[in-house]
Amino acid sequence: MSPLQTDIWTLNMGPQHPSTHGVIRFVLKTDGEIIADADPDVGFLHRGLEKIAELVPYPSFMPYTDRLDYLAAINMNWAWALSIERLAGIEVPPRAEHLRVITAELNRIASHLISVGALASDMGAFTPFVHALRDRERINDLFEELCGARLTFNYCRIGGVSLDAPPGWFDRVRGFLDYYEPMIDVFNRLITDNKIFVERLRRVAPVSAEMAIAYGLVGPNLRGSGVKFDLRKDEPYGIYPQLEFEVPVGRGYRDGVLGSCFDRYMVRIEELRQSIRIIRQCLDRIPEGEIQAKVPKVLRPAKGEVYCRTEAPRGEVGFYVISNGEKTPARVKIRTGSWSAMSIIRELSKGWMIADLVAIIGSLDVIAPEVDR
Amino acid sequence: MLLDYIPVLALMAAAAGLALAFTLMSELLGPKRRSAEKQMPFECGNPSSGNPKRRFSVKFYPLAVLFLLLDIEAVFLYPWATIYRELSQGKGWMMLFGFAEMGLFIALLALALFYAWKKGALEWD
Amino acid sequence: MKELLDQLIALAVEKVPLLGQAPDWVFYLLWMLVAGAALLVYASLIAGITSWVERRIAGRMQARIGPNRVGPRGFFQWIADGLKSLFKEDVTPANADKPLFRLAPYLVFTGMFGAWAVLPYSARLYAADLNVGILYVMAITSLVVIGILMGGWASGNKWGLFGALRSSAQIVSYEVPAGLAIATAVALSGSLSLQEMVRAQAGPLGILGWNIFKSPFALVAFFVYFIAAVAEGNRTPFDLPEAESELVAGYNTEYSGMRFVFFFFAEWANLFLIGAVSTTLFLGGWQGPLANPDTWWGVMIGAGWFFLKACFFVFVLIWIRWTLPRLRVDQLMAMCWKYLVPIAFVCLIGTMLWMSVFGDRAFFGLVAVGP
Repeated sequence: MSPLQTDIWTLNMGPQHPSTHGVIRFVLKTDGEIIADADPDVGFLHRGLEKIAELVPYPSFMPYTDRLDYLAAINMNWAWALSIERLAGIEVPPRAEHLRVITAELNRIASHLISVGALASDMGAFTPFVHALRDRERINDLFEELCGARLTFNYCRIGGVSLDAPPGWFDRVRGFLDYYEPMIDVFNRLITDNKIFVERLRRVAPVSAEMAIAYGLVGPNLRGSGVKFDLRKDEPYGIYPQLEFEVPVGRGYRDGVLGSCFDRYMVRIEELRQSIRIIRQCLDRIPEGEIQAKVPKVLRPAKGEVYCRTEAPRGEVGFYVISNGEKTPARVKIRTGSWSAMSIIRELSKGWMIADLVAIIGSLDVIAPEVDR
Repeated sequence: MLLDYIPVLALMAAAAGLALAFTLMSELLGPKRRSAEKQMPFECGNPSSGNPKRRFSVKFYPLAVLFLLLDIEAVFLYPWATIYRELSQGKGWMMLFGFAEMGLFIALLALALFYAWKKGALEWD
Repeated sequence: MKELLDQLIALAVEKVPLLGQAPDWVFYLLWMLVAGAALLVYASLIAGITSWVERRIAGRMQARIGPNRVGPRGFFQWIADGLKSLFKEDVTPANADKPLFRLAPYLVFTGMFGAWAVLPYSARLYAADLNVGILYVMAITSLVVIGILMGGWASGNKWGLFGALRSSAQIVSYEVPAGLAIATAVALSGSLSLQEMVRAQAGPLGILGWNIFKSPFALVAFFVYFIAAVAEGNRTPFDLPEAESELVAGYNTEYSGMRFVFFFFAEWANLFLIGAVSTTLFLGGWQGPLANPDTWWGVMIGAGWFFLKACFFVFVLIWIRWTLPRLRVDQLMAMCWKYLVPIAFVCLIGTMLWMSVFGDRAFFGLVAVGP
């Protein structure tokens, strides 16, 4: 009997696909359900943000950074503001620093909620996603009260933040934290402890520490592989050195493989708790005072360049800015976490199934605007 | 006997009739604006990369064969299961006769399943 | 039922001229068509209302409201949705196998509703009582899988074909444990007719005679059957043929308009069907406190019990669907062949032994059942 001949299929997954998290396309080559090759095709959401940055004055680029990763707009604002502050040597008042940490960590919770919820929804459980959105909605309410926006906050300013907290806002943040901290356990009972969910993830697509570093993975994806690297600890900025928190890393949760999809997921769940801890400390010690440093009306930083990186929910976001002493930057290069996560998918997905590819994309938390910029 | 099936057929005819009526109604009421793009097979917004009607790798082929074998067993199993209640209430050895006869058959089937398991037929590769 | 029928016929003969001279089989056929249509309306109502119930419950579970615009609490939402689909274009893809593509929804629809004919709604309330009832149910519901396979393959779409193949993977797996678990119930009841199976589950209080209480093995067999039935009904956690986060919409990716509705209508009708068959096989069908096949009110109470039990299963199915994630296709088959099939074998053998030892005693051999 001659061996049965079967064909390798080519099919497009995305851009219009429910679980590519935005407009991302993979050209799949599959043998049955098994993936032989997943060729990522990016650029559907390319808006030329780096070029726009060269055309607008430094402060005017702030709203564009919202669109860099709209799920974590404040982290992106902050990264831009910090880069320019380093470039121009601006000192930020302590109250503004505290507000930045509070809002950034709230935004991290909101972003991780989307991430873990979307992973659950990709695994076929839709309810956890809606529960995550319900809690995120409360964060959005807090932000709306603070700055009027619910998604693209445009909150940070070069040298400070745009608005001080309204009366009673800190109490409401505290109220949210008191509400949300037990909700993490409720969420875990709903989905994280679910046998099917764990089995779908705990051995799938492990990334070794060497591989993670080789591909330049950052943030929770890197920590999921057991590498304890967090810019808030290892290259501190803002007031993070004064705050106590831990850096959760993957350790083969639930008898899984180190660096598997489940480890990356668990790192995010644990980071939720750490963010709550950070916000509580900030609320306890926030000083009175100015929220905005004195910054010239037309900012012309001295000739020079800076690379400044911060820890956003999807890992390191870095701005490389060159100034010619003009009011617009000469060149801006943006480095984002999703981009490096995207680059590893091709290598990672070989030999796994289509259902696993969905888990890989979800657990790496790739989102299109960060990839394409 | 066969008259029992008339209601079944009537229901199925009614269901098919209803389905047909609804499709006809939708044919009459719905718009018909055909275009080449609309009739393209959906492949996430891209032009199709080839017709799917080609040799496709079905990884669970051994399982499908196993299914055929195990499902045929139902043919033998059901008549026996139907009268087992009477068999088990027989006198003396007759009580165990029904059990032993079919127990052996089921044990052989289970053994075959075990063999297939050990041979790796249950693995997805 | 018979008296009512006779009265109706008498009335019809009186009112309609020439009807008196018609032969008997005309009456019979007419009656059957009327009954068939009535049952279809009943089934359609249940399927439609289930769709609304599912969306409301899903809303509750997900901290949102669910449909609430059309009618009180959105009750008429399903009618509005159906009407809307009537006015939608029915697109057939260019490279589809057109006859098969069009035929598939009919197979699903008729296959699903065909099974409703033999359900024992109550002691006297049924359309047909086939002597091979349960085999008929198994056979006719396979039409649904054939329809899904056909639709997925014929649509000329890769996602559709993936869905179709997954559907076949599912059916070749779960048919086996389902068959073994059903054989367990058949052995306990001593009949293949659904009515007879229910009658055999009579017992003290109307509860203790249920098959799940006959032996511990039967209790396990019930769970095996239920899991297998969920899998064959393509419900989460076994909704792989559809798997919207992986396969876009699986086998019905290319379907639109009314044909798309048929698939979903059948899915919701299937919820009640799974519940009804599980009830009949293991939970005593219409048996329950005060249910009595000999008095008309006992029959009605029986109908109530049957409906309640089936609805309970519908709720459980909805509950499961909105709670659990989805299995992967190899895990699905491994779970079936490595766990459910061996367990089902043990259940069957165990029940046989139990019956030899304890005979017909109910409630785990503790309670004697009178002849």
